[in-house]
Order: sequence, then structure tokens, then C-alpha cells
Amino acid sequence: MSDAPAGRTRPSLGAIFSTFLVIGSVSFGGGMVAYLREMLVGRRRWVNDDEFLAALEIGQTLPGLNSTNVSILVGDQLRGVPGAVAAFLGVMLPGAVILLVVGMLYGVHGERPGVARVLDGAGAAAVALLAVVTVQLGRKQLAGVVDLALVLATVVAISGLRLPLLVVLGLLGPLAVWLYRPRRREA
Amino acid sequence: MSALLRLAGVFALLSFLAVGGGLSVLPEMKRLTVEDAHWLTGSQFVDFYSLGQMAPGPNMNMVLLIGLHAAGVAGAAVVWLAFFVPSSALALVAGRGWKRLSGWPWRESIRRGLAPVTIGLMTAGVISLARVALVDVRAVVLAALAGAVLLARDVNPVLVIAACGAAGWFVFG
Repeated sequence: MSDAPAGRTRPSLGAIFSTFLVIGSVSFGGGMVAYLREMLVGRRRWVNDDEFLAALEIGQTLPGLNSTNVSILVGDQLRGVPGAVAAFLGVMLPGAVILLVVGMLYGVHGERPGVARVLDGAGAAAVALLAVVTVQLGRKQLAGVVDLALVLATVVAISGLRLPLLVVLGLLGPLAVWLYRPRRREA
Repeated sequence: MSALLRLAGVFALLSFLAVGGGLSVLPEMKRLTVEDAHWLTGSQFVDFYSLGQMAPGPNMNMVLLIGLHAAGVAGAAVVWLAFFVPSSALALVAGRGWKRLSGWPWRESIRRGLAPVTIGLMTAGVISLARVALVDVRAVVLAALAGAVLLARDVNPVLVIAACGAAGWFVFG
């Protein structure tokens, strides 16, 4: 949807790619959405806050990574499908190239005792980070008994019963959406 | 060739199942790649996850490490494309339709309902990784310290992971 609003410049594909390339290169440590917002809304002013939040809402609802989806949706808004592809490649490639090189080094040196010790330490912190991110997201998004029951049901189904994710989403997804179904407002 | 097809199939499925973000498919990814297919060990899975956290950009770029380990550079390319292209294409197509559904009340129901399911999947991811990474008292202590620092201070997680890596060189010696 390349309907750039009047009064705003429509960036070139090269500008889209290079801007997302910068975001993909400097965004260490997660929190991609904050980096995207800073650059796209703050510095470049390619989208306003409402447009960014709308893209984020869609990106979170659809499957896939939030950051990747937001990049694609903003790229699409700026310059249609080519803009979306440019944004996607820009944000993804720096990390992908670095990890490809790191993966090759890992293949050669990963078994060395020193490397294994460092990775064991890093792994402990990475698990802690995932736990902290989960708690922080939970604090922000969860409210009430229904939410806690859904969290618990999901954990039991995956970690306890070891049901396939497709089955869990097929059962709990519709149930969860139904529990939050639109209520008819009484006049 | 069939190895590449299997990699593509597993990661394309995961792409569509990644509700609420990439982290929600971690437990399923580990089960399919480690326990079912034996493409890598649990310990290698945690290594790849940690390395993904240290790289810039979306952290689930780490999927290519699984492909690289299983089937070389072709495997990395296949896994990366299989994991990112289906959900991205869907975002592009559905994103355009979604904007036209601005008055549709079920939009909010979907977002709101899937939020706790996503948190549950992330919790299952923590359990799944912890079962591999935190089997040693030293690792548990290191993780507890890292978690405390991350909760208490607004510090870049890359620094915390790097510091724990350095600490690991000493304490796991």
C-alpha cells in the first residue's frame, strides 16, 4: 500500500534498505521494536506514532517475529512490495551474516573446552534473559484469573503433556479468543 | 536433498506457528530439531540460542545456525528462508487486509486472547532451555545473578551475557 501521505517525502528503495540496515546492525540486545520506533518515527519521520503502533499491533497479532513483521509493514507502506523486501533484507542481513560466520567458527572451535565453558556461562545468562523478558511481558499484558489460567494451560500442555504446538494452538487459540470475544454493549 | 526438504518443512511449519513473536516457538523448535530429528544436541541448541542473543537484529536469526550445523551453508539458507519467508509473506498480504478491518471487533479479541498463550509458550521455552542449561549448581547461580541484574538495572542484555560467558570460563574450569 504505497499511499504515502502528502507532505511527506517518499524515500527511495536505497534509503529504505540502508536505514533498515543500520537498525539491523546496531540493535544489540533485543528490544528491536524500540530501535525501529526511534529510527522510523524519531529520526527519519517516515511514519508517525499512530502508524507505527498500528503496524506493531498487526505485527504482534500475525505469526512471525514482531520486529520483522513491523519492518515489512512499514516498508510496504513506504514503497509497496519492493519497499517491504528492502526493509526485510536490511533489518535481517547484518545479524544473519554475522551468525553465519560465528556458526562456521563454532563448527571448528565449538568443542574446545575453553569455548564450551564460555558458552555454558553465556547459556545460563541467556535463559535468565528469556525468563526476565517473559516476566516483564507478563506483567504488562496479563490481568486476572482468565489470563493466568490460559498461561498455565499452555505451559502444562507444552512442558507437561508435551503436546505438539499445532495441537495446543488449535485448541487453546480459539478458546482464548472466544474468552475475549466482543461483548455487545448494553445501552 | 531430503535432509534439506525436512529442514524446510520443519521451519516453515514453525514460521506459521510463531504467534506473538519468534520466542513462542522455542520449545517446539527444540523438540522437533533436537529430540525428534537429532540434528543437534540440547546443549548445542542452547549455544545457538545464546549466540543469537549476542548478534544484532532479530534474535531468531539463530535458526540459520541449526541449518548450518545440520546441512552446511545450503542448510543455513534453507532454514533461514523457510522460517522467515512464510510468515513475512503472510504479514505483507494479511497486513493490507487487516487495515481494512479497523472496525472489526474480533481484531482486539485475537490480540487480547493470544497474549496469555504467547506468555505461556515463552514460559515453556524457559523451562525447555533451563532443563539443558541449568543442570549444574554453578549455572543456576550464574543465571540467578544475571536475572537479578537484568531485573534491577536497565543494562544491555548483551553485556550481561558476555559477562556470564567470561565468568563461565572461570567457574566451569
